[in-house]
Amino acid sequence: MRSPLSAAPVRRALATRRRRIVAGSAATVLLAAAVLWAARPGEAGFRTEPAMISVRSGPTGDEPVDLDTTFYLPDGASADRRVPAVLLAHGFGGTKESVRSDAEELAGQGYAVLTWTARGFGRSGGQIHLDSPEHEVRDAERLLDWLAARPEVRTDAAGDPRVGVVGGSYGGGLALLLAAQDKRVDAIVPMITWNDLSRAFLPESTGGPATSGVFKKGWAGLFFGGGNAGSDPAGFSGGSAAQPEDAPTSAGPPSPAPGAGPGTGPGRAPSGAADPSCGRFAADVCAAYLRIAASGRGDQAAVDLLRRSSPAGVLDRIKAPTLLVQGEADTLFPLAEADANARGIAAAGTPVRVAWFTGGHDGGDGPRNDSDRVKYLTVQWLDHYVKGEGAAPGDDFTYSRIAGFDALDRGLVATGYRTTDYPGLGGDARREVAVTGPAQPIANPPNGNPAAISSVPFAGAFGSLLGRVAGDVPGQHARFESAPLPEAVDVAGSPTVTLRAASATGEAVLFVKLYDVDPQGAATLPNGLVAPVRLTGLPAQIEAAKPVTVTLPAIVRRVEAGHRLRVVVATSDQAYTTPVEPAIYTVAAGDGPLVLPTVAGVPIPTTATVWRWVLAGLLAAIAVGLVAVVLIARRRHRRQDSSVHPEYAGTPLAVRQLRKEYADGFVAVSNVDFEVHPGQVVGLLGPNGAGKTTTLRVLMGLTQPTAGEIYVFGRRLVPGSSVLSRIGALVEGPGFLPHLSGLENLKAYWRATGRPWADAHFDEALEIAGLGDSVHRRTRKYSHGMRQRLAIAQAMLGLPELLVLDEPTDGLDPPQIAEMRRVLQRYATEGRAVLVSSHLLAEVEQTCTHAVVVNKGRIVASGPVEEIVGESPSVLFDVTDPEAARDVLGRLAGVRVLPDAEGQLVVDTNGTARSEVVAELVRAGIGVDRVVPRRRLEDAFLALVGENSRGSGDR
Amino acid sequence: MAQSSSTVGAAAGYRPSATLPFAAEFRRQASRRRTQLALGFMVLLPLIVLVAFQFDSGDDDGGGEFSSLADLATSGGLNFTLFSLLVSASFLLVVVVALFCGDTVASEASWGSLRYLLAVPVPRARLLAVKLLVALAYSGLALLLLAGTALLAGTLRYGWEPLRSEVSAQLDPAEGLLRLVAVLGYLAVVLLAVAGLAFLLSVVTDAALGAVGGAVLLWILSSILDQITALGGIRAFLPTHYANAWLGLLSTPVQTDDLVRGCISAIAYATLFWSLAFWRFTRKDVTS
Repeated sequence: MRSPLSAAPVRRALATRRRRIVAGSAATVLLAAAVLWAARPGEAGFRTEPAMISVRSGPTGDEPVDLDTTFYLPDGASADRRVPAVLLAHGFGGTKESVRSDAEELAGQGYAVLTWTARGFGRSGGQIHLDSPEHEVRDAERLLDWLAARPEVRTDAAGDPRVGVVGGSYGGGLALLLAAQDKRVDAIVPMITWNDLSRAFLPESTGGPATSGVFKKGWAGLFFGGGNAGSDPAGFSGGSAAQPEDAPTSAGPPSPAPGAGPGTGPGRAPSGAADPSCGRFAADVCAAYLRIAASGRGDQAAVDLLRRSSPAGVLDRIKAPTLLVQGEADTLFPLAEADANARGIAAAGTPVRVAWFTGGHDGGDGPRNDSDRVKYLTVQWLDHYVKGEGAAPGDDFTYSRIAGFDALDRGLVATGYRTTDYPGLGGDARREVAVTGPAQPIANPPNGNPAAISSVPFAGAFGSLLGRVAGDVPGQHARFESAPLPEAVDVAGSPTVTLRAASATGEAVLFVKLYDVDPQGAATLPNGLVAPVRLTGLPAQIEAAKPVTVTLPAIVRRVEAGHRLRVVVATSDQAYTTPVEPAIYTVAAGDGPLVLPTVAGVPIPTTATVWRWVLAGLLAAIAVGLVAVVLIARRRHRRQDSSVHPEYAGTPLAVRQLRKEYADGFVAVSNVDFEVHPGQVVGLLGPNGAGKTTTLRVLMGLTQPTAGEIYVFGRRLVPGSSVLSRIGALVEGPGFLPHLSGLENLKAYWRATGRPWADAHFDEALEIAGLGDSVHRRTRKYSHGMRQRLAIAQAMLGLPELLVLDEPTDGLDPPQIAEMRRVLQRYATEGRAVLVSSHLLAEVEQTCTHAVVVNKGRIVASGPVEEIVGESPSVLFDVTDPEAARDVLGRLAGVRVLPDAEGQLVVDTNGTARSEVVAELVRAGIGVDRVVPRRRLEDAFLALVGENSRGSGDR
Repeated sequence: MAQSSSTVGAAAGYRPSATLPFAAEFRRQASRRRTQLALGFMVLLPLIVLVAFQFDSGDDDGGGEFSSLADLATSGGLNFTLFSLLVSASFLLVVVVALFCGDTVASEASWGSLRYLLAVPVPRARLLAVKLLVALAYSGLALLLLAGTALLAGTLRYGWEPLRSEVSAQLDPAEGLLRLVAVLGYLAVVLLAVAGLAFLLSVVTDAALGAVGGAVLLWILSSILDQITALGGIRAFLPTHYANAWLGLLSTPVQTDDLVRGCISAIAYATLFWSLAFWRFTRKDVTS
């Protein structure tokens, strides 16, 4: 007996453990996959070769200098499979490590990339000559020789490598100068670089020469002083973030400490010229800087020296197709520099393409989507002109504008635009806006202090964009304002404005700025850009002053409707050197309007378009999936067996070979087979865990049977069968919404059935519930018995033909039990039937016409209650002398003493009246203390299920 | 025709498609105290915020670019509404939606009334569909109540002013209202993922608290993981990753990239969770 029973728990335990193992291993696999994915090794796709290359350059071409280089060679490159090369130059103050990530990306694109630390920086030898054609440029020529000698690098001819030159700022200047000097260069991508270095550092916005320019001391000092710049954006190149200089390299030697720019490492200069004021600058460059910085003016010699390092004079010699990338947030090399380069190179018939992006020396890489655009353009340019792959990139002009803040990573977001032709700084249309204001006297502060702040080098685009850094000193600036704009203007290019100025000294240094003023009065200076002017020959009285036209720095900005434009003329600016002597100028508006160049750009489609299609596809897929699921469900429903089993057509319930085995292997019902016929009140009897409730659950469609069928009026019952609507049920206790009253609960239930209101028979149900006024109280406050009665009433709503009640008398008091008995018996008339499950034997015996006894998942007996009880009612006698009594009773005809283990006297009277038996005992002198009729069904039940008190659920 | 085959043998007047009508379920939920409280709080919150703004302490601590939304909240009804949404989007609305969607099936199971609905019989898929639609209707109602009250109270108090933000030019009221409606729409879509998660848990567990709390907990977990930038690209797959993308609707032109991706993410998650919920519920043994 034990062995088959003990198998079940083992099987169950095994099943549980198996499930745990499956779940556990699934979680482990997922976790491991996540960790592996997160820590996956990046596939290199290239190898690096660091080397010190000694080149000979200088005016005579025989001065040796050591250059610290790293050569990136893509995997698979060999003498048989030669690859095109890229010479990648770094920015001022950087080293070859500054451009490492760019080099890696280009190497990943299949280019052999040579990076080097320019002379005068890092571990390279030599001095800084500012991209001098005889020094830095010649160094680069020697590197081209070196590339040509590499067997892996593709060549156009002997000694002529297929090579593009890419670089930002200092590196961009080198790219231009190298392309002009060496015809072997096949394409260049100079970024955020200069056209004329003297104009960049000594700008004058009325068209004056550099010798009368206003010295850009902020930027100049930063470069010359080095030191504090750290890993500066000047090392920007290729449109990606400058690597920290001390970032570990894969194979290279340790690189110099951060900020190892010029001036910080004078002792390293191999020449030993440890001039503390010059650092690693070449003597002529150093001297020129010192002269300019001291006087605030550029002398002709200094300007000539800067011109020597400028592409401006040699642009006609550039034959390599050029992609010019310039930053809008750049107070050092503004858009005008790239414009001049573009015009000069295009004049020689060389393909030129211009792209503006929202970064620059102030803005860094710009927003992610913008730097991605720059990267894409660069690779596209190189692929066509160097690698020889892909269609010609064309010469359309792309630019971008800050659209706002990215909602997710709190960065800026740029929107890209495109026009077919490069419009230059004048735009392809003009908008004229009148700015007015009275003539205003303004003071030049002595020594330029306090000074207005327009931009702070390296402060980033945020400050200047929001105009929070910008500040003008009261009394030192004049304002001229426009009326609110009737409509928005998309400015792209250099606005111009006319001014008149008067000065007692005849001279004035002024800074002209264009603010965008919103209706609340907040003024924004786009990118912190200002136009410095040095006016000479001024009259003392403003009336006599002639208008001058000032070209403001090029901007890309949308000035919204309702905004005003404000032209501010200030006497000082922290970034520039201003006259030392205090002075009073008078400034008035000129005779012309403010001219705003505009460009009608078309937004460049972004990945958003793709994602929109993905979204549309997703929605379509969901719609299709939904329709498919509904159709399949309908079809399955239609196919469902709706025939009537002829044998059971008139039978309220027929259960056939029902079996329910749970997922963990527990068999709750192994074989249950019974019928309920009209007019019957059938009791489903069994100890706890015998399978009664499981049977009822299956009957209610709550649980799927493992095997077997249930027929209700001949129709197959499956979960959700319509025929369930003919059954009223109370299974496993009442279930009500606690916040509703009893009546509301019944109504809510009936509403859920969707059946006609009149069919519910609320009055009958409420009468059965017998709750009186309590029916209006919330069910939360009900006693157990009240809930039970309400649940029975709910089961009877609509007077179903089969009533299924699970432990209906649970919680009822004896009078209510008696009443319930009558109700059920009355209910099972008119063709209706009742199935009652209970473990209260007396109740079943008194209520039911038929009984089904279940034990351990099986039917052990079924039939009319009388049949199960048997025809021999027994009586228990409690007597003074059981032994004597036995003898007496044994003599009585028909009376039979049943064997009883506990020494009690149980007698089958077999029709003999109990009074007669008692009289017989008393006559024999035996005292009778008690005569108790034995509960007959209990006998039968105990006989059927055994007296083991353990429920079969404990199997 | 399909009906005739499904109704044969049924009690008079019974039609599966008529069981548990939307209105009946709506009334069932409407009578619940938690529904009334949640909706009432949606009305109350903007009023509380409005009163709180009357206590102007005057100290100005700067913050990110979007802290300006708080500074601008009193500049008009539209800005006030925007602020009310900002403060409630990340947590309050999540809890409310999780409450409506997570509680709906689990509470019926815990009361024991679920089995009586199934014995009616309400077809399981229909039961779930009606419950889901009603829960979503209440979630939407909560969102609208919050925005509507804020708009009404804010406009009465601060006037019908243009929508301002520091990230873009001010928008005239009509355009601003349009953006606000778009923000509401996007929030509703993002909250679908919460709704899906809560609903799935509601089907899986019989404890209403477990479903609601579980959904909120997982949502918070996802938010925390989203803060860890080291996770890189994985973060884009978190359901909360695009939860704040609605701020992009305030800029000009509107930044739709993240909105579209956010919609894809939320709809995909919601569909997945709901599919699992239906799959599970139409197969499981209801034991409670």
